Amino acid sequence: MSHFDEAYSAVQAALDAGARYADCRIMVRRTESMTALDGEVEELGSGESAGLGVRALVGSSWGFYAVPDLSDSAARAAGRRAAQIAQASATVPGPPIDLVPTGAGEASWASACEVDPLGVSLSAKGDLLVGATAAAKEAGADLAEGIYQIWDTHKWFVSSDGHRIDQHIRECGAGVTASVHGDGEIQRRSWPSHRGQYGTSGWELVDSLDLIGNAPRMAEEARALLTAPLCPTGETTLVLGGEQLALQIHESVGHAIELDRILGWEAAFAGTSWLDLEKLGSLRYGSELMNITIDPGIPGALGSFGYDDEGTPATKRDAVRDGIWVGVLAGRDSAAVAGLDYAGSVRSDGWARLPMVRMTNVGLEPGPHTLDEIIANTDDGVFMDINRSWSIDDRRLNFQFGCEIGYEIKNGKLGRMLRNPTYTGIGPKFWQSMDMLSSETVAWGTPNCGKGQPGQVGHTGHPAAPARFTNVRVGVRG
Amino acid sequence: MSIDIIRTGAELELAARVVELVRRAAGPSAEAEVMVQHDAEALTRFANSMIHQNVADAVTTVRLRLHLDGRTASGATTVVDADGLRGLVERTLAAVRLSPPDATWPGLTPPTPLHRSAGYHGSGERSGLDFGFDEATARATPAERASRVRDFVRAAEGLETAGYCRTTYSSAAFANSAGQSVEGRTAEAAMDGIARVNGADGVARLASGRLGDLDGSVLGARAAAKARAAESPVELPPGRYEVVLEPEAVADLLDNFSVFGFNGKAYGQKQSFAEIDADQFDPSVTLVDEPLGSRDEPAPGLPFDDEGTPRESLVLVREGVTKAVTHDRRSAAEVGAVSTGHASPASRTWGPYPTHVRLEAAPAATEPALPPADYSGPTAESARPLVARMRRGLLITDFWYTRVLDQKTLVITGLTRNGVWLVEDGEVTAAVSNMRFTQSYPQALGPGMVMGIGSESVLLPDRWSGTRYAAPALHLASWNLTGNASG
Repeated sequence: MSHFDEAYSAVQAALDAGARYADCRIMVRRTESMTALDGEVEELGSGESAGLGVRALVGSSWGFYAVPDLSDSAARAAGRRAAQIAQASATVPGPPIDLVPTGAGEASWASACEVDPLGVSLSAKGDLLVGATAAAKEAGADLAEGIYQIWDTHKWFVSSDGHRIDQHIRECGAGVTASVHGDGEIQRRSWPSHRGQYGTSGWELVDSLDLIGNAPRMAEEARALLTAPLCPTGETTLVLGGEQLALQIHESVGHAIELDRILGWEAAFAGTSWLDLEKLGSLRYGSELMNITIDPGIPGALGSFGYDDEGTPATKRDAVRDGIWVGVLAGRDSAAVAGLDYAGSVRSDGWARLPMVRMTNVGLEPGPHTLDEIIANTDDGVFMDINRSWSIDDRRLNFQFGCEIGYEIKNGKLGRMLRNPTYTGIGPKFWQSMDMLSSETVAWGTPNCGKGQPGQVGHTGHPAAPARFTNVRVGVRG
Repeated sequence: MSIDIIRTGAELELAARVVELVRRAAGPSAEAEVMVQHDAEALTRFANSMIHQNVADAVTTVRLRLHLDGRTASGATTVVDADGLRGLVERTLAAVRLSPPDATWPGLTPPTPLHRSAGYHGSGERSGLDFGFDEATARATPAERASRVRDFVRAAEGLETAGYCRTTYSSAAFANSAGQSVEGRTAEAAMDGIARVNGADGVARLASGRLGDLDGSVLGARAAAKARAAESPVELPPGRYEVVLEPEAVADLLDNFSVFGFNGKAYGQKQSFAEIDADQFDPSVTLVDEPLGSRDEPAPGLPFDDEGTPRESLVLVREGVTKAVTHDRRSAAEVGAVSTGHASPASRTWGPYPTHVRLEAAPAATEPALPPADYSGPTAESARPLVARMRRGLLITDFWYTRVLDQKTLVITGLTRNGVWLVEDGEVTAAVSNMRFTQSYPQALGPGMVMGIGSESVLLPDRWSGTRYAAPALHLASWNLTGNASG
């Protein structure tokens, strides 16, 4: 079933009401999620959401209105209301706005999916989470939690620039966590990552995770952490596992290269960026091993799509090449303001929210080493992996991360397990200290990226591999 | 433009219809609870001193939880025509039949009248239609929000500004197959903005049940004064500092106490610091969850939760002694307590937690107050007596990106934001660049650690989830700053 006609009506109504540009996204989304606790299903929920959001540009001012009604009359009313809201925006106007061209017209795209996640029986999915949490519980977890989430989204996009694009995007993922209670503290281990691994993929992704097989080890490691020595305090050589490095990329590179932040559009909430557009193409962000790409076309990665929510086709771009900052995540209007000629990174988290600059798949290209080689070449240091906490300042410079597990590295070998490992630093100084990088890349998914007002939850992907950093401050404690 | 969003009875009729659909499809033994919520949100956002995003939406969501033959499942939809409702019931029935046995099903809320608001007395036995609800706020137009933004920008007198003005309206009804049937409405307005000069930011933030309480000129002037006072900051070494936290920073403490400490599920799973009847806080600390409002405030939330349990004020901490945590029906049953009316769509997974917490102001003056019109300098008026008593320490406006390092001890790391100053002998002597902290929140407010509490509570919107907190300024003996701009 197509909803192009209703979207077209909304756009036309906005134009008739005075807009010089308008677009409409209609989305129909089904969701399903389950949580399990200690070998029993805790919560099973499903959802259906359908609606349309219209964006209208009147003069230099935007307006947006959304309703959960896909009738032609509702679409027309929403188009008119978006234009009226844009007219109110002119009370406090800005400079003239242009939109860079997108090059797309009519198109259709669907994400690759071998096994439809919503087609897998609930009993099979329940058995998986029950089995994984029961296995962790039997192996000594005080609390064993499992989760899967599924999103199945159909989109229809029409704009006054001639776009007519439909997409079908299926996403899913799952994970299991074992927690143990010690004397006044809690230790936790998660597989395959904090909150699980997610992708723009079918259920084959979840099948590949082997939750049940890995759950006992999570419980055993969490229990072992209770008596492990604390992570030492001081400056040392730090080796990060790929999962933690994925979040490091997300927080200290992905958000920093969002053009709306650089332009000050997020200053009051999400914050700005330490990056200055005048230094695009010349600023040293990291060591020469640092090559970051923006690539929404990676099959299976959580930030993948065919077209963004402004109709720009998925295109791979460099963000950092040989350590030099060369690219940004941009939308049609922000790119025009910045004098750039590309967009392609604008999405909304649903029909009721305004599309905005979001990460797609922002990841690190593989390096020449392996994790084993990195450890073998480290005389004294700390290895950390699996994120436990994250915090970074509003310019994306000063960060502090905590990981679930650490190990000392002595004379080229992993030594004792370390508990409560944390590290802190300043973004460019940290990235410039990266001197070894593995080729063992995994595209980690982050399904909980918060941004915007009203708040939106974005889905992003981050190819990452283990890497080594020198002179990093570790072991920060309260 | 007037938006026709004020509806009467529509949600209750819809909820009853879904309960009936379940009865027809699954028979009288099915236990069904239905929450129907119509939310209209409008937010006018500005940056670089211009309105750059201006949005509105109106959504009706139907949430169904079903317990049948010892099994439980939930479903939700925004498609509320006959097909959509029928689909919701069919999907949820299919899910419940495939679900495993639910041994801890706590049963449905029996017919129970709503509690009366402490500040408003219009609530009826079953209907909350006069429950402290400001219709003018619900009907606010884009022009009304834009005019407040214009006033904020003008009052900053040329400084770069950014922020939002927001109005929200919710009309909700709950019905279950046990006969509970309640409805209510609420509206809220909030404004949150910064002014910026030479890399220094100042903030002003306020929530109210009435848009009419928000004055963009007052807030813009306050933000600008703080920004100007924050210019040319010095860098201080990490270490433990005596601090005065302004209400914006205190709200972050209340938020983390709520989500991780007074959360009934976390308490039941022994992941919370809370111990009932233990002296966990300084005797000057009293925390109350007030979903119905108080002291002539319009009700900030709906008068019932997602299980139809009536909400009421709940003392969490009285004079330093932890007295309660919050529960939905399931978390309550698991620890032998009763629901406190804190069920939400996510409470089964994330736990029920308080969303309208007030830290009681010092007894001398406990009236909530707006920022003073003659505001100048870096220090909020309510914090000035506390600053005057500080020999050497930091005045901190706001916290940012706070995350839990250890949930049991509630060790949090985060950063300062929107203005920090060094105070010596009761006087602000220098602006300070932002610093990172790593601090146990309960320890910071522990016995003997609170040196003073401000005399006015400020209503503040949460920056993410729509909850809100009432916070006075706080003078604390020690705060662990663990990093500065250099790392």
